[in-house]
Amino acid sequence: MTELFSALMNYSFMQHAFIACILSSIGCGIIGTYVVVKRVGFLAGGIAHTVLAGMGIAYFMEGSPLVGAVIAALFAAIFMSVVKLRWKQQEDILVAAFWSVGMAVGILFISRTPGYSVDLMSFLFGNILLVSKADLLLMAALDIIIVSIVFLFYKQFMAAVFDEEFARLRGIKIEIYYTALMCMVALTVVLLIQIVGLILVMALLIFPAACAAQFFHSLFKMMIAATALCMLMTISGLSIAYQPDLPAGATIIVVAALFYVISIISSTLIKRRQKKSAVY
Amino acid sequence: MDTIITLDNVSFSYTNIPVVRDINLAISEGEFLGVIGPNAGGKSTLLKLILGLIQPDKGNIKVFGKSPGKGRSRIGYVPQYPAFARDFPINVLDAVLMGRLGESRWYGGYTQEDKDIAMNSLKAVEIDNICNQTIDSLSGGQLQRVLIARALASRPDILILDEPTANIDVRAEEDIFALLKQYNDHMTIIVVSHDIGFISGYVDRVACLNQTLLCHTTSEISGKTIEELYGAPVKMIQHAH
Repeated sequence: MTELFSALMNYSFMQHAFIACILSSIGCGIIGTYVVVKRVGFLAGGIAHTVLAGMGIAYFMEGSPLVGAVIAALFAAIFMSVVKLRWKQQEDILVAAFWSVGMAVGILFISRTPGYSVDLMSFLFGNILLVSKADLLLMAALDIIIVSIVFLFYKQFMAAVFDEEFARLRGIKIEIYYTALMCMVALTVVLLIQIVGLILVMALLIFPAACAAQFFHSLFKMMIAATALCMLMTISGLSIAYQPDLPAGATIIVVAALFYVISIISSTLIKRRQKKSAVY
Repeated sequence: MDTIITLDNVSFSYTNIPVVRDINLAISEGEFLGVIGPNAGGKSTLLKLILGLIQPDKGNIKVFGKSPGKGRSRIGYVPQYPAFARDFPINVLDAVLMGRLGESRWYGGYTQEDKDIAMNSLKAVEIDNICNQTIDSLSGGQLQRVLIARALASRPDILILDEPTANIDVRAEEDIFALLKQYNDHMTIIVVSHDIGFISGYVDRVACLNQTLLCHTTSEISGKTIEELYGAPVKMIQHAH
């Protein structure tokens, strides 16, 4: 523990890692809540894996992989919303196809990149200790975008995820809000890829909000609780991983899963107790 | 009285089998119209056409002289089944506030005025006492009232209800129709129901829909009309209201 603190005081990479956890948790808590209540975890997974195509192409063309990731994620998000709105019958097939083709394209481009110096593992599983100052600024910017959009259009997004048909009748342009929501999922995915990598993103999008859903019954409270939980999960995962030199991303996910199991057990116990006290 | 909804020779099919055919219907302001007919007779489809949720293959629909997509903001719609997941984390008041969409400001949360209007709608259907409960804790009858309150919260000129009493007991059914009768003073009401005998005590006019449409005033409904409509004799129960 003392070693962790001294690392945190002395090394900027540790400070960056902690700030990255906090910044990504904001987007994660807010957007994860929408993903959980709207049950689009699978679509979010599809978006995450398509990101590899964008990163691979960006590397091949010697551009910034993060910019490639943002472009690919937004592209995938638009595709996913079209699937959800227009081709609902084939949703599972189309998402699965996009998911694997996205990865395949990414791997092809990475394999053709001259010099082949790309560390594929850090794309797939993240590398939180390599987060740079520029990355942190980008993360903060994405957070600001997400928070302000959700704040401005809170009513509309809530209606769109709660009851599509009725929202449409009240003049809400469902297509626009749904696509916007998916694009925000995409931006959040990019935020989280830095921390846990694209394969593990889904877990971090879902676990904090799913834990929060056990105890909170309003969208707003869920968002706040999920953000706090996400911070707790990522920071404790990172702290645990530090001394034994475990892969941080994987440790964070296991910690998050433990939180989820504990939350289910404790909410079941609470409900049981409430029932008992109601009867007697 | 002004005609506020017109359907002119409207046909619609999901596949190649027509669901509704050559529908002509004019609904006047202040009317209480009951739409009855057998299962798969096209009742819900008719409502969806009026609401602009689906487009007719043939014919023309006007709501307040505009296309349904534009005119529907003045319609309050109560669906047969809630289109949302019952375990969605939302309380009764927030669900009803949805009815304020399009009326409220475009940014941020709902205003105090919206909340007051939503509470008044909840009072009107007598469930203001449960405004803080989550929707997964409600009974079928309470949920139905939430849906009606949500439709009322937009202060509509027309209220459209699709089988509002299909999932609730008889006493609650009478309560809801009595409530609708009261609202009919200042609102046009269209209600789809399977219970012909029951609604005839409340409505001004009945539209019998089985692909095509036949309209009657309530006094004209006889066993013969019903037999034509359903293709079999239906047990009639006398209701005295």
